[in-house]
Amino acid sequence: MSAISHHVPDAMLAAYAAGNLPHAFAVTVASHVSLCGQCRVALGAHQAVGGAVLEDTPVVAVSSSLKDDIFAQLDAPFTPEPVHERNGIFPGPVMEALKGREPQWKTLGMGVRQDILSADTNGSVRLLYIPPGQAVPDHSHNGLELTLVLQGSFSDETGRFGVGDLEIADEHLEHTPVADDGAPCICLAATDARLRFRALVPRLLQPLFRI
Amino acid sequence: MITQILDSPYAARRSNVVQTHERMPVPKSNTEISQQTRWMIAVRDNRDRNAFAALFDHFAPRLKGFIIRAGASAHQAEEIVQDVMLTIWRKAAQFDPHRAQVSAWVYQIARNRQIDIARKENRPTPEELKEEPGTEPDASQILGLEQEARQLRQALAALKPEQREIIEQAYLGELTHQEISAQTGLPLGTIKSRIRLGLERLRHELKDLKQ
Repeated sequence: MSAISHHVPDAMLAAYAAGNLPHAFAVTVASHVSLCGQCRVALGAHQAVGGAVLEDTPVVAVSSSLKDDIFAQLDAPFTPEPVHERNGIFPGPVMEALKGREPQWKTLGMGVRQDILSADTNGSVRLLYIPPGQAVPDHSHNGLELTLVLQGSFSDETGRFGVGDLEIADEHLEHTPVADDGAPCICLAATDARLRFRALVPRLLQPLFRI
Repeated sequence: MITQILDSPYAARRSNVVQTHERMPVPKSNTEISQQTRWMIAVRDNRDRNAFAALFDHFAPRLKGFIIRAGASAHQAEEIVQDVMLTIWRKAAQFDPHRAQVSAWVYQIARNRQIDIARKENRPTPEELKEEPGTEPDASQILGLEQEARQLRQALAALKPEQREIIEQAYLGELTHQEISAQTGLPLGTIKSRIRLGLERLRHELKDLKQ
C-alpha cells in the first residue's frame, strides 16, 4: 500500500472532533481517517484536548433522579445501530452514506460518472468515477472542495493524489484534475457549495445535474 | 512555548518506553493507572455497576455543565447526559485504554450525541479499529497515554485566559475550521507534540504487527 501523503489539516480535524464540520465534509474526513493511521492518531490528540476541556468544565448538579433513571435502563434490551463495514474500496463511512448499497452511477458524459450520496443547502457529497486519462471538467469553486481518492489516482496543477490522499481546493484554485493511467479513478468529493463546471455542463443545466 | 513544556522531559521518557516496551501486568495500586480508567475497564470487562456509578458521579455533572455550555437547555442537557451515560455502558466494549483516555472517549461520545440530536442525523464516524481478542493490557502504554493527558491539562491550565477561551470554544464546537485555522498557532501548537508521540506509538505498533 502506497503511503498517504495528503492529509486532513489540523484545524479541520479539530472542527471534526468538535462536530462542527458540514455533513459532506464530515463524511469525507471520517473516510480519510478510516484509511489513514496518521490522521487517526491526530484525531485522538484532538479528542484528548476535548477530554481535557470536559474534565475542567465547571460542574452543574444533575437532578436527584437521573442516576436511578439511568440504572433502570441498563438491562433494557438494546439494538445497536447497524455498523457499515468497509466494502472493497469503500470505507465504512462511505458505505454508511451509500446505506449499504452498491453505487448507482449516473453518466455525466466523457465517461465520467457520479453517484450523489447527499446534497442539501449546506453542500453535497458524491462519488466520482473518472476513466484513465480523462480530465474532471475544468471547474472552480464557490466554497471549499474536498476530494478523497478511493481507487486509482489523479494529478493536477498541485500534485499527484493516490488512494487515501485528500485534496483540499478553495475558491482560489482553478485546477484540472486528470485521472492517471491504470485503474479508473474513483473519488469521494464533497463541497460546501455548488461547483461551477465550465466545460462539461452549461451552468443553466447545473440544477438538473445537481453539480 | 507550550510545545516546549510538553516536549522536553516527556519525550525522553516516552522514547525509553518505546525502546524497552515490556508487557507489564496492570498494577493494582491506585497510584498507577487512574481510577477513571480502572472504572471503565471494570465496566467493559465485568459490567461492574459500582464502577459505572463512580463514572456517573464523576462525569454526569461535568457533562451537564459542558453540554449547557455548548448551547443546550438544562432540561435538554440532562437528556443528553442520560444518553451519553447509557452509550458509555452499551459501547464499553469499544473503549481501548491504549488508544484513548476515558475523558477523550467520553468527550467524543458527548459531542456526537449532542450533534445527532441537534441535526437529527447520525454523525459520520471513522471505522473502529478492532483489538485482537484477548490482548493483554499494556500498562506502560496506558500510563504513557494518561501521562500525556495530565501534561496536556497542565499546559491548558497554564494558558492565558483568553487563549484558553479559544480552545474551549473550538472544542465545544463554536468555531468553524476556518475560524480555528485563523487562530494562529494556538490550539494546534499545543497538541503538536502529542500527535508526534502518538505517531511514534503507532509506528511501534505497526512494527510489532510485522514481527
